Amino acid sequence: MEKRVRFASAWLPWLLVAPQLAIVTVFFFWPAGQALVQSVMEQDAFGGHVEFVGWANFERLFNDATYLQSFRVTAVFSLLVAVIGLAVSLLLAVMADRVVRGARWYKTLLIWPYAVAPAVAGVLWMFMFASPMGVVAWALQHVGVDWNHRLNSQHALTLVVLAAVWKQISYNFLFFLAGLQSIPRSLIEAATIDGATPWRRFWTIVFPLLSPTTFFLLVINVVYAFFDTFAIIDATTQGGPGKDTAILVYKVYYDGFKALDMGGSAAQSVILMAIVIALTVVQFRYIERKVQY
Amino acid sequence: MVERRPWLDALSHLILIVGVAIVAFPVYLTLVASTQSAQDIASSAPLSLIPGSHGWENYRLALFGGETSAGSRFAPGLPMLWVSLVMALTIAIGKIIISLLSAFAIVYFRFPLRNLVFWMIFVTLMLPVEVRIGPTYEVIANLGMLNTYAGLTVPLIASATATFLFRQFFLTVPDELVEAARVDGAGPMRFFWDVLLPMSRTSIAALFVIQFIYGWNQYLWPLLVTTDESMYPIVLGIKRLIAGEAYTEWNVVMATAMLAMLPPAVVVLAMQKWFVKGLVDTEK
Repeated sequence: MEKRVRFASAWLPWLLVAPQLAIVTVFFFWPAGQALVQSVMEQDAFGGHVEFVGWANFERLFNDATYLQSFRVTAVFSLLVAVIGLAVSLLLAVMADRVVRGARWYKTLLIWPYAVAPAVAGVLWMFMFASPMGVVAWALQHVGVDWNHRLNSQHALTLVVLAAVWKQISYNFLFFLAGLQSIPRSLIEAATIDGATPWRRFWTIVFPLLSPTTFFLLVINVVYAFFDTFAIIDATTQGGPGKDTAILVYKVYYDGFKALDMGGSAAQSVILMAIVIALTVVQFRYIERKVQY
Repeated sequence: MVERRPWLDALSHLILIVGVAIVAFPVYLTLVASTQSAQDIASSAPLSLIPGSHGWENYRLALFGGETSAGSRFAPGLPMLWVSLVMALTIAIGKIIISLLSAFAIVYFRFPLRNLVFWMIFVTLMLPVEVRIGPTYEVIANLGMLNTYAGLTVPLIASATATFLFRQFFLTVPDELVEAARVDGAGPMRFFWDVLLPMSRTSIAALFVIQFIYGWNQYLWPLLVTTDESMYPIVLGIKRLIAGEAYTEWNVVMATAMLAMLPPAVVVLAMQKWFVKGLVDTEK
């Protein structure tokens, strides 16, 4: 879309975009370029000697079992966060769309976890699973589960997934609710008159019409699980036990800032950038198709 | 509703109530823990679900710092809340201002390389700061911006989300308004101030909520660029409380967590209408 009427000035538009361009150049293009350069360089830990090594950093990464393990952890983690988060939020949104009385209250009571910082969400959930005062850990002990997220990697993964899903429910809920409310009532009414049960109506009409929202949320949730959950993991498990909850972003941080392997960390950054760009392109192509449709 | 199904209505309410309860439970537990004494929490299995009577001293410790009976020292939380507030406000207001200006330029002017400028801003959508922490950290270090508010906030202002929301909004503003402004002899900046800005109020409010929360909840970036305790935001402060000591005094930690959650929750609930609209519009 373009504007028909415009102002004419040779210098004013440049003045207006200057602040944003300056920030983007200094804090975005320069660092991104640096990441590309560093990913083909090797620097000793004292920062003295730098040498061009070509693809060596990448080769080293893909021969590194812990990096491949981190890929696997990230895949499992983001899939769990996205699928559980979407399923729970969709259920709640469908119910909130159904009820007439109290709908506004439910909405208000479900949206505020959006305001909770991921790191704080992690601490809250860790407290519920802490031993011996954690309420959930205590309840689990009574049904025979000896909870210990410091030693058991499945327990650790469950903990970070729960905290991550909890934090994201409000966001998914709002989008699903908006999507549900935009479905024409006449379609639902017609199906009802034809004798379709609510269950049948949901799967044959509502769910297919909701698919653009679901797809959009799927991408957003995967991106969220990839990046925004760093704080949850750092506040609860620190990637442990071992490296079993160390997602890709955590490893970039750990290798770059704790292990001081700048070349390896930069190569990981470059791979992450490629993943994000791929996800964004997929999303935009899909949206474009939707617009034409 | 198109038909009456009383049992289904009841089930809907039941599911929603359970959902609300699950969502609220961790925070309720935090509130309860923040009113008990450290000994009560440490010796309980599990924690009592009834608030205790130590709330006052826990919150006093969390806000002003000091020594507990168990002998651990707490840094005061009040300065950290201040750092968080300054950080969140700078990021929110900074983003809104630079995005309004650049969106105005891109929509209302024709200038050489306009498309290039547009794409330069556009690609920043794709790369969150988490992806490029190493090199961005070096840039900040080279510019001497570690442990400063500028270092904490300016790199996070470089994001295109707000520019795109404003661009989309400006494109829906009728062209007749520009023509009318021109006939009346108003220049571009006059048009911006007197017509466009008042019309954008709702979008600005919505973005403010989203960006305020984004700024307040930052974790990874402050973790890297602040080493001085006086520059810690509150979210980072909590993590330091549980990481440092072998013996965690959960009562004060949870009081601090409540303090860290309160301001963004108030902003979301007070500005709920704009927040919901802005969130759904921005991403669509």
